Amino acid sequence: MTGPTSIVAKEIRKVFNRRIIFERISFALHSPRTLVVSGRNGSGKSTLVKIMAGVLGPSGGTIALSGPGSASVAGRLMLTGLVSPYLNLYEEFTAEENLRLGMAIRGLPFDRAFAHELLRRVGLFTRKDDPVRAYSSGMKQRAKYAFALIHRPSVLLLDEPMANLDAEGMAIVKEIMVDQRQNGILVVATNDLADVDRFDERVDLNAGR
Amino acid sequence: MTRWVRSVIAVFLKDWHSELRTRYAVSALGMFVITTIAIIMFSLGSEGAPPDVLSGMLWVVIFFAAMSGLSRTFVSEEERGTSMTLQLLAPGSAVFFGKLLFNLVLSVALNAVTVVLYAAFVNGFVIKTLSIFLVAVLLGSVGLAAAATIIAAIIARANTKGTLYPVLSFPILLPLLLAVINATRLASEGAFFQEAAGEFQLLISYIVVVVTASATVFDFVWKD
Repeated sequence: MTGPTSIVAKEIRKVFNRRIIFERISFALHSPRTLVVSGRNGSGKSTLVKIMAGVLGPSGGTIALSGPGSASVAGRLMLTGLVSPYLNLYEEFTAEENLRLGMAIRGLPFDRAFAHELLRRVGLFTRKDDPVRAYSSGMKQRAKYAFALIHRPSVLLLDEPMANLDAEGMAIVKEIMVDQRQNGILVVATNDLADVDRFDERVDLNAGR
Repeated sequence: MTRWVRSVIAVFLKDWHSELRTRYAVSALGMFVITTIAIIMFSLGSEGAPPDVLSGMLWVVIFFAAMSGLSRTFVSEEERGTSMTLQLLAPGSAVFFGKLLFNLVLSVALNAVTVVLYAAFVNGFVIKTLSIFLVAVLLGSVGLAAAATIIAAIIARANTKGTLYPVLSFPILLPLLLAVINATRLASEGAFFQEAAGEFQLLISYIVVVVTASATVFDFVWKD
């Protein structure tokens, strides 16, 4: 998906079982822009990422994703790609089959050449015909990147992006992040504060607690 | 073909190919049908039973077999942690109708096999009006799949899915079960097709209501 994209959050809050996870979170991201979400364990980083991905609703406030085709639900789903530890691929299918079904369920044609390019990029091309269940945890994490990028999203949401990756995998992810920050919106939720300064904006979920 | 229809078909094909590889639902359904028909066969022996009792027993087998297999479509997504993956790919309505289509195919195939085995092995089960019986089995399969799909979505996140599924399904499926049992009894007694028209109207109404209500509430049920 190409074209200007934005995510605007106003005073969002999330409550689980009467416990406030976070509140009064506001930000406005217009592509190209990057955001890092930081906070200690349990501060709600993953919850905020899920809300941005549209799979979870906020308990209060508003969040709006705008971009090409965003008037429809299917269009909004096309705008975002998500990589996270709690998002799994279909393990009975191969990596290439996962990419194929990802496009098919979106109702879009499968670009095999682009899928192979992505699998090469994440270092899985030689194992593309193996079922995902045969992959190591690091390989599964790499496959998730190919799955998140197969529809060319303009918003890439990464929750703990380096989880389970070796040095080569981390270098691949850093390249993907560099590409994304040039073309669209990149959101990273992490405990690793080493590279926080490289992001344009920051939401610190520890603030005010 | 619209993008939504392509999404529905893709969800169906994903479940179909997944089932061919894992055989979660087919194994559960097949084992249940064979076991229960064998128990009925041995318990009745050569004595048989009245047609209304045999009609009711056929649908008891079908009901519990469906309860053991039709929930897999959503439960397996939860157990494998792929529900969110699916939520990121397609609107809820496309997922619901794709899953419904899969359960429909599974339900029709299951009931066809069950009926053949039941007729072959249960002594005294005779169908005199085949048209009534075929329509009852077909509409019963569709209604069963429709109700089972939305109930599966509701219970998929519960800790006690196995127990909750038949318990929650029974009151919702009761009107359907009463109508199909009655239609099956009429078929075994040799009634005219018109005599079962009331049952078929009830079954069609049931299917329309359940599918419409399910499609309306599905997004609320499926997402957090």
